[in-house]
Amino acid sequence: MHLIATALGRFLGLLVLAVGLPASLAAAELVLNENCPPGFELSGDSCKLRSLYQMYNSLQDAGVGGLKTGLPAYRDGFTPQQIDLGRYLFFDPVLSGDGTVSCASCHNPDLGFADGRGRSLGVGGRAMSRSAPSLWNMAFLQRFFWDARASTLEEQMQGPLYDENEMATSPGQLLDTLNAIPLYRELFRQAWPRDFETADAPIRLDQIYAAIAAFELSLISLNSRYDQYAHGYADALTEPEKEGMNIFRSFVARCAECHTPPLFTNQQVAVIGTPEPEDMAFDPGAELPLAEPTLRGGFKVPSLRNIALTAPYMHSGRFATLREAAEFYTAGRGHAVPEGEDLKIHWHIWEPDLSDDELDRLVDFLQTLTDESFKPSEPLQLPSGMRPVHNTIAREGLTHRDGAPKK
Amino acid sequence: MNKIALVIGAAVLLAGGYYVGQSGQKPATVIKVDSQPKAAFTSTGAEEVAQSSAATVRSLVTPTSGELIVVKDGESIQDAVVAASPGAVIKVMPGTYKETVYIDKDNITLSGVIEQGKYPVLEGEGLRNDAVLYSGNGVTVENLYITHYKGNGVMGQAGNNFVIRNNFIVDTGVYGIFPQLGKNGIVSHNIVSGIEDAGIYIGMSDNVDVVFNQVFDSVAGIEIENSRHALVESNFVYNNTGGILAFITPGLPIKSCGDVLIRNNFIVDNNHENFAIPGSLVSNIPAGTGVLVMACDDVVVEGNIITGNDSVGITFTDFSLAGNAANDPDSEPNPNRPKILNNIMRNNGNDPAPAVRVVLAAMLETTGPDIVDTVGMDDGCILNPERYRTIGIGKYTECDFSTTANIASYTLPEPVPARSMEDMDKGKLAFYGICAGCHAYGSRMIGPPTQIIQALYMDNPEGIAEYAANPVKKRPDYPQMPPQSHLDEETRLAAARYMLQVTH
Repeated sequence: MHLIATALGRFLGLLVLAVGLPASLAAAELVLNENCPPGFELSGDSCKLRSLYQMYNSLQDAGVGGLKTGLPAYRDGFTPQQIDLGRYLFFDPVLSGDGTVSCASCHNPDLGFADGRGRSLGVGGRAMSRSAPSLWNMAFLQRFFWDARASTLEEQMQGPLYDENEMATSPGQLLDTLNAIPLYRELFRQAWPRDFETADAPIRLDQIYAAIAAFELSLISLNSRYDQYAHGYADALTEPEKEGMNIFRSFVARCAECHTPPLFTNQQVAVIGTPEPEDMAFDPGAELPLAEPTLRGGFKVPSLRNIALTAPYMHSGRFATLREAAEFYTAGRGHAVPEGEDLKIHWHIWEPDLSDDELDRLVDFLQTLTDESFKPSEPLQLPSGMRPVHNTIAREGLTHRDGAPKK
Repeated sequence: MNKIALVIGAAVLLAGGYYVGQSGQKPATVIKVDSQPKAAFTSTGAEEVAQSSAATVRSLVTPTSGELIVVKDGESIQDAVVAASPGAVIKVMPGTYKETVYIDKDNITLSGVIEQGKYPVLEGEGLRNDAVLYSGNGVTVENLYITHYKGNGVMGQAGNNFVIRNNFIVDTGVYGIFPQLGKNGIVSHNIVSGIEDAGIYIGMSDNVDVVFNQVFDSVAGIEIENSRHALVESNFVYNNTGGILAFITPGLPIKSCGDVLIRNNFIVDNNHENFAIPGSLVSNIPAGTGVLVMACDDVVVEGNIITGNDSVGITFTDFSLAGNAANDPDSEPNPNRPKILNNIMRNNGNDPAPAVRVVLAAMLETTGPDIVDTVGMDDGCILNPERYRTIGIGKYTECDFSTTANIASYTLPEPVPARSMEDMDKGKLAFYGICAGCHAYGSRMIGPPTQIIQALYMDNPEGIAEYAANPVKKRPDYPQMPPQSHLDEETRLAAARYMLQVTH
């Protein structure tokens, strides 16, 4: 089955050319958006992030603090056209080796830009060992992947693009495919007019990466009910949610010590000792890429914004619900560390002895961090002529929610 | 488990000094009379605070508006905070208050009223998490008696310009007083005891004075962590496991620590058994530690009376003390440029903690030193080293200054101002940050285009602001607008003004 799909995919690029483009997508008719996405001001020819959080100080400009704390350093400044081109590429399965998956397959906008799975699936339904992270608020992150091994999105995306189990393409195939689609050449020209002054100028890899990064960096979620509270509207949260917020930032639960506002991450690597799904071997995490034995089992602290949308939780999706994820922290320091592993468990992992009520209130509060008001629209049609795949393949349910494969 | 960690931590701690091998050298006593005064002390924080004249030292007061709210026994302090406007003074009468008070507003003064020696008591009953949480700027917390909470007594998250003073904090959880991620604050005249981590803990903060406090019966007395420009002066710190600490904790988002003055404190008999939470950094501190500097740079130890600490008087060390924590490749581990001026040191090291004793035995010593540098830093300085029993300071030179008196305070002469907005008009931020989610300039998004709204409202931003607070269903082909009353009137109006003049 997989083989057939792969074999079919090999001919995909040709197929697209042979079938030709639908008349409605003739090159001249598709014009990239001249306006910035919501949350950005067009300044000169580039889009600049705007948020009420820019009114606030932040100690050492670190972007960690309390309610009215400024944002961490961020990346913006792409043109509206580059961002919009990235949107087309993001949803287009033509980027994968066999045309069966797009970026959106694992980062589905309808699933919090994640995929609702414990461990993601690549081409041919192949199972990964880690959970797809949400793409909301990537603009503020300094390191990417659960094990923090990439420092830019451009570097990061080459992982899934070229991994034989994920999107399984190659730089050569990617360039050949896109350069063979006249509409993409036209759209890249609109995004980088000076690079395409001659008719034969080819699409380059750095442009592909930049466009996808531009789109991903435009996904801003800073307008949750929590944010309304933070900016001064006390009634934005209910009493149980405020109780939850106080537990969250208390020095008993200590959630905010690592999931620090305003991004709800301090962007550090932490060893907390969560369990893997039962069929999976222990994941050493950041130990390997950072060459640091004391970070064995360490993973990047994820942002909790939109966390209610992205179950299951933790790097390999062991916990099906927010309640279970919260409960992990009160079940005892190191309680889930496999025998024989000697992990340097983070000092904030202790035994806070949270009550059932307190865990419920924490979940109440975490649900106030949801905001999809700037969710981008999906392209009605893709420049490759292919159909979007993320809402078909990604939802077929090849795994249980805990990430274990179905028998 | 914890004891093992403690033993290992302590063994590593002193093994460094032994390796440096300076222990056998006893500095000769040099008797001299200076003909020239020494240079003035300089630090990277000195410039910022240099304008402080004697009259304005530590003059920070948080702003008040004249609004007064009195809370009586049986009433709720939190209700008063909810009712308070920025600038309010909340006076809490003597009585017992069983609640967590959280202050997410600016310029609130929470002030106990003391009558005939009776304080208002915040009683945690061993059930509640923290007594006072604040995130606003310009918050004062004073004259409270806080006891039996599980978390912290007073905890700040990012508030600048804070004053925490004259409080009793007794037998209360993890930290007694813990301002975190704030700039410019005073922690003074508090009496803190029975804390299982640090009595007073300044975490990831800038420009804080910790002065005139009494801290005892805790694991760590006063701890300055990942902070810059901190003055720890005139505190009475006794019977803790460790007296005064200046740390970089690895793995935190703000990674530096420096310009910490530990001056004129009484650091006495800090020999309490270590009862820290397993896994915590302070669980590594050997009982009998006076001053402990881990990885923090430019720490000056001056004019302290350091006596009766049974393991070591002053320790400078690196992350080897934190053997139970993961390394942080982005944190610099060494206590760079240590500076030890004249201190009064007696009777230290008389009964070293077992782990320290083992290491000393290998050096044929039974008594702990006054001063140890386990790294053997080569950029340190000290005055009159011959006065002390020392290990590991062979590469220290003589300090070229003898006093830090020119730094009266590390607090700022003026409060930290609000962020400079430059061209960042609040209306613009609200418009693009919120309104633009539904209103594009010339095309239909979720709501009608901005151009159409401009045509409708022209010179009437008030009309937009008012409608946005209480929208009604207007257009059959559009969803009803959600109310924007979460924005205050000023912000709504500013956004409306901005909306009327955008051109693309």
